[in-house]
Amino acid sequence: MTRLPVLKTYKLYIGGKFPRSESGRSYPVSSPSGVVNAAQGSRKDVRDAVVAARAAFGGWSRATAYNRGQVLYRVAELLEGRRAEFGRLAPDVDEAIDRWVWYAGWTDKIAQVAGNANPVAGPYFNLSVPEPTGVVGILAPQSSPLLGLVSVLAPAILTGNTAVVIASESSPLAAVALAEVLATSDVPGGVVNIVTGRTAELAPPLAGHLDVNALDLAGAPVDLAASLEGLAAENLKRVVRRADPEPDWTAEPALDRVLAFTETKTVWHPIGV
Amino acid sequence: MTATAPPPYSDVTRSEASLRRFLHGLPGVDQVGAEARAAMLGTRSIKTTAKAWALDLAIRMIDLTTLEGADTPGKVRALCAKGRHPGPGSPPVAAICVYGDMVPTAVDALRGSGVHVAAVATAFPSGRAALDVKLADTRHAVADGADEIDMVIDRGAFLSGRHQQVYDEIVAVKDACGGAHLKVILETGELSTYDNVRRASWLAMLAGADFIKTSTGKVSPAATLPVTLVMLEAVRDFRDATGRQVGMKPAGGIRTAKDAIKYLVLVNETTGEDWLSPDWFRFGASSLLNDLLMQRDKLATGHYSGPDYVTLD
Repeated sequence: MTRLPVLKTYKLYIGGKFPRSESGRSYPVSSPSGVVNAAQGSRKDVRDAVVAARAAFGGWSRATAYNRGQVLYRVAELLEGRRAEFGRLAPDVDEAIDRWVWYAGWTDKIAQVAGNANPVAGPYFNLSVPEPTGVVGILAPQSSPLLGLVSVLAPAILTGNTAVVIASESSPLAAVALAEVLATSDVPGGVVNIVTGRTAELAPPLAGHLDVNALDLAGAPVDLAASLEGLAAENLKRVVRRADPEPDWTAEPALDRVLAFTETKTVWHPIGV
Repeated sequence: MTATAPPPYSDVTRSEASLRRFLHGLPGVDQVGAEARAAMLGTRSIKTTAKAWALDLAIRMIDLTTLEGADTPGKVRALCAKGRHPGPGSPPVAAICVYGDMVPTAVDALRGSGVHVAAVATAFPSGRAALDVKLADTRHAVADGADEIDMVIDRGAFLSGRHQQVYDEIVAVKDACGGAHLKVILETGELSTYDNVRRASWLAMLAGADFIKTSTGKVSPAATLPVTLVMLEAVRDFRDATGRQVGMKPAGGIRTAKDAIKYLVLVNETTGEDWLSPDWFRFGASSLLNDLLMQRDKLATGHYSGPDYVTLD
């Protein structure tokens, strides 16, 4: 007797749940097993994702840096266990896992690098510390569905930001698989939200949303990048501009994307007499 | 009590027995049907200009409420200022709803604005006090300038079948209100069944309520769509029978503009347009206003707004 294979429904990842698109739409994408239908998100899905990200921000940003590091490292452990599955969806799986571990290690070290005890002319301690910016909208790289995604997502959330990710339009399945890993890890629901669909449709409402504090335009379409920056200016979002040509995601990682989504808080504290 | 219900129900309130016979003779509520109808009406899509109209109407219908032990005159004044001018271009709310002791503060802050002052009275929210205490509570709030009184019924008496006592109490409070409007809170979350909600609605209307209101907001579940549907049917049928129109106020748990619009659809489809006015339909809410303002912003600018752009209450 032949067995009927159980096919997967590819859905969005919002607030720790896997809803279908509010619009009910889907769109065809290619996968190793042929053409499959991914959820085609709408601007309302983007809105719901931002609400979920905002709700998760308090808890995630208040968690200790050490705890965030543990939680993110756990994600790498789970990725390792699903290497074969990810290997079918994207190249560079090992690099992506290593990249995730590299960023996870930075959670409790970034303050030592980006913070400082400032010398001041008075009886005060003067300390500068990096703090998360808030909700970060991320247009994931279009051509590198897993390594590129990890390289923009992990640096954003490690400092305590929460993220709304628009996955690569043509190859979103690695992002959906990553969502499944995140859902079974200890990352609280809403810290990462992943919407699949047409980037040109989803990016403008994300860029114009007044409750989003920063925007990573890594995967923005060339002809939209400028207008997205314009929309982001409305509430002075921090913006990482679209790089041309697209960065080599296999290159050695750096801290620029971590620091792009932090704010520096400086505290003056009187020195006891 | 000497007051009698309006014709054709004058006989109903003659005795405990006749009252019980009438209330228990009301047709039973089809629970599955009511829930299905409320859910079905909740799927209506209201867009663009209709949505803009509905958002502004919902704002005009809000009884902006603060009923906390931690209420201070400063907080009430801030709420009143928000009620008068919720946001750029937005209409004012219908009323500010506070505890009795905050009425003078609210009256002072709302003078000349046309925004009403509603006070909860009669040992809100439990209603567990002697009748003369409840009446004194009511008279005090009215004397201080409240023009709307939100009373709670004695659920203990209602649930143990002492309908006459509940009736008499509402009549007495209505009398103590003088010219102030009386809203009668049924606290549907404690009434267990839709049949009881229908009975309590009729009882309150027979006793002279100007509004019937679902909940105190202190008990869960508070207002729900099916409960509101049952109560709206009661006010509709009551006007058909007596010619007197009674208002309706769902309160508690209505937090989003989407919810509010579902209620407006329910009103329009159940009682018709006559009730689509702040004089006949109110929302008892606090956080709802912020969401309505954010949605209003979205329609005006095209961008989704966020909680950074409205006040923290």
